[in-house]
Amino acid sequence: MDRDSRDRTDDFVVVNDFVMKVATVNGTGSASANGMLMQAIFRMGVPVSGKNVFPSNIQGLPTWYEIRANKHGHVARSPNVDVILAMNPKTYEQDIAEIRPGGAVLYDSSWPLDEELLRADVLFLGIPLSHMCVENFKGARERILMKNIAYVGAVCALLSIDLGVIDGILEEKFSTKQHLMDSNNVAIRLGYDYAMEHFDGLLPVRLEAMDANRNSVLMTGNMAAALGCVYAGATVGAWYPITPATSLMDSFRGLCAKLRKDPETGKNLYCVIQSEDELAAIGMVLGAGWMGARAFTPTSGAGLSLMNEFLGMAYYAEIPAVIFDVQRAGPSTGMPTRTQQGDFFTVAFASHGDTKHVLLFPGDPRECFYFAVEAFDLAERFQTPVFVVSDLDIGMNDWVCEKLEWDDDYVPDRGKVLSAEDLQEMDTFYRYLDADGDGIPARTLPGVDPKGAYFTRGSGHDRFGRYTEDGDLYQDVVDRIARKIEGAAEALPAPEVRLVDKATVGLVTVGGCRAAVLEALGLLTEEGIALDFLRVTGFPFSDAVEEFLLSHDMNIVIEQNRDGQFKRLLLLETAVPKSKLDSVLDYQGAPLSADVVVRGVRDRLGLVPVAVG
Amino acid sequence: MTQTAKPSVRHPRIKQNKLGLTRRDYEGTQSTLCAGCGHDSITAAIVQAFFELDVPPHRVAKLSGIGCSSKTPTYFLSEAHGFNSLHGRMPSIATGANAANGDLAYIGVSGDGDSLSIGLGGFCHAVRRNVNMLYMLENNGVYGLTKGQFSASADVGSTAKRGEENQMRPIDPASMALTLGASFVARSFSGDKKQLVPLIKAALSHQGFALLDVISPCVTFNDHEGSTKSYAHTREHGHQIVETDFVPLLHEIQAQQDEGAATAVTMHDGSVVRFRSVDEDYDPTDRGAAYAHLKALQARGEVATGLLFIEPTSMDLHAFENTVDQPLVDVPFEKLCPGSGVLAELQSSWR
Repeated sequence: MDRDSRDRTDDFVVVNDFVMKVATVNGTGSASANGMLMQAIFRMGVPVSGKNVFPSNIQGLPTWYEIRANKHGHVARSPNVDVILAMNPKTYEQDIAEIRPGGAVLYDSSWPLDEELLRADVLFLGIPLSHMCVENFKGARERILMKNIAYVGAVCALLSIDLGVIDGILEEKFSTKQHLMDSNNVAIRLGYDYAMEHFDGLLPVRLEAMDANRNSVLMTGNMAAALGCVYAGATVGAWYPITPATSLMDSFRGLCAKLRKDPETGKNLYCVIQSEDELAAIGMVLGAGWMGARAFTPTSGAGLSLMNEFLGMAYYAEIPAVIFDVQRAGPSTGMPTRTQQGDFFTVAFASHGDTKHVLLFPGDPRECFYFAVEAFDLAERFQTPVFVVSDLDIGMNDWVCEKLEWDDDYVPDRGKVLSAEDLQEMDTFYRYLDADGDGIPARTLPGVDPKGAYFTRGSGHDRFGRYTEDGDLYQDVVDRIARKIEGAAEALPAPEVRLVDKATVGLVTVGGCRAAVLEALGLLTEEGIALDFLRVTGFPFSDAVEEFLLSHDMNIVIEQNRDGQFKRLLLLETAVPKSKLDSVLDYQGAPLSADVVVRGVRDRLGLVPVAVG
Repeated sequence: MTQTAKPSVRHPRIKQNKLGLTRRDYEGTQSTLCAGCGHDSITAAIVQAFFELDVPPHRVAKLSGIGCSSKTPTYFLSEAHGFNSLHGRMPSIATGANAANGDLAYIGVSGDGDSLSIGLGGFCHAVRRNVNMLYMLENNGVYGLTKGQFSASADVGSTAKRGEENQMRPIDPASMALTLGASFVARSFSGDKKQLVPLIKAALSHQGFALLDVISPCVTFNDHEGSTKSYAHTREHGHQIVETDFVPLLHEIQAQQDEGAATAVTMHDGSVVRFRSVDEDYDPTDRGAAYAHLKALQARGEVATGLLFIEPTSMDLHAFENTVDQPLVDVPFEKLCPGSGVLAELQSSWR
């Protein structure tokens, strides 16, 4: 945060606390080089994050990768860039303008830098990367690719990244491709040697090995969610490709190819269908759920809009389904490769008519795994669509997370599904009868027993499952469904609450804002501001959420959309008066930073702004 | 609305099938369609076909979209699970259900509005995936429930009840399905039960997507002079190009002497479809020729009926997806969840 507050080993160098931004052009292979840097820092035991800021494009547009290393474990995005690797001349100007005073620019000095770009308060380190690669490699493609690897080498030298760690990563990556391994090794040394020779010890920041990551792994939320689907026993997935949800199904397929082959026949114990559109994707999920399979679809805002009609049907006809909404910046096509939390209203009340849906809000990839499993249980238990609402930052970026664990005693909650034997003991089966008084009727699966047959319909039906246009009979069913959904509130994961003494103000947040808000909470606490913390993890809201809001004079809701959707949802769905709610909003498409939160909270509390960064 | 209450008593000598069930056991609730509606005749043919195939009713999944035709699944197989989905979305429900459990028999009932306008994309992709199902398209050229607008299958020059003439070219589901690579394409007429029942049986036995486009006159909005989907017009211009006879698995093949040059095609389940071309040299296993013949007849204002095309062995959805033979819904959880050991091992590489 505030530069001067950082611990220093000597007068100049800050250890294990910096932001490095890599500016490149997409489609040039820089993503794997950047990932390698982040992975190397992780393996040195230092808490780290890597945020990919990329265009909706295949090749040729600017792309950035932001690496933040922080020994205290604060790895939310930070805009306070110490070092920039300026590899894209087209963005030199904005990249160089972003560096904090005292920071450094590493650039390709094969061509001279326009003098107008120079800043007196920033260190310029030129390495002739392109020249070196032209001299050492053959062919345009290899020269472009190896330039990325060469800057990795240079960064290793400048930040004191252990070359042994890089060697290890390369070995795992290219163990079967000796020629690639050789090229990469050459490129790493080119950059490393040049930087050591010319710039050793010049950077204001560097790394030292720690042991913070012993029990952690690197994972994306989409990978974790996909893994959750595998562990929950999901067998049918249907989807239409959409950024930023695509990698969820790609991951599911990849995991299933390894983990879901029938050992005897080699055939698939799963079925993934790439549908013609999202209308069909959700239809396939409902068809499979109706049949008794655990089925899911990953999507994002635009896909969700298309799914609306079926989501209403699933709610009304009471069909389990799991929908992963990996949010991106809307409305319309919006900024498809930028993050946002703009779908809260869409998911909470998807479809026309009276509806209300069960939502889970994971705060990081680790929760994507556990909430995915939970979502399948809830969907079958409450016979309704359940949404796991994450975002691009959680879904697509690598996060350092505590290792996942699995309880081998886990038994899926299939809800009230009647077997042939159950049916034989009944006089007559009626699909929508609330026999237990909890609002949840029993269901039957097709093909099991003639006695279980019923007609699933989105048209008006009575408690016996028969078509109706009778007002009383219609209301009887929709009122019961409302009761059923309200009943789900206390079955959802408990909210994360942190209380301190004498706090009258609460910081309230949801989803991927968690990391930045917790970091900000720490900073504000250091300033002597007493604040409580609430992170909501599910909808409908539990009593604990309402109690927290009511027990504070003021609740500042921090979320990533323009309209304060989550705040409004709290206002609609709890007894909290409007006067007790305020917002800090961030919706420019980048992952939330603690700076924004600190500034916003101070402003809401009427405190004098302090210079940040 | 047809208002004849069905008696609940059973005649002691009423015909039973191999399961000991009667035709009545394959029926559903009372139809609420207009008296004389073509769809009710198709429903009767469906009942007959399932009865004759000895299919346990609860091993059938019956699905539909929205529209008059999509109401009909309540009128047959009351012991089967039914799914009356959204307008144009039946193919996606059928695809997902079939993916989860391919062991049931699937019948999807749709109409020309449901399949050729709002649900055209879904229809095409169900063909493309070769979802193992009978897709019954009850085609009347008109929107009934919204009172008489032209549908996309209305022929050029055909008139609406109030005289308005359709100028746009029709979307013909049969020829479109042929170009999409459908593995089974047939057309029939609701008024021709003799032709319809064997075609339904053949379609149900077919492993893959079987389109049955049935001209099914709308007595209320499209049965007037000037309509090309009326009873009179279809009777007059219907042209059966292939006679089809269905021989179920295990039934003795009793060759009828008058069959002439009948061709037999063995289906995936071992049953046999025999057909005899009425039009000389017509070969329903030749996709290109079938398309050309269909179009030639269409140009003459005739409606080709019968088994238009069949490809008895083709990859279906489950073959494409290489799924296990056991329905996915029956795979025990233990086989699906890799357990804690695998999770730990997997994560060891996420560093």
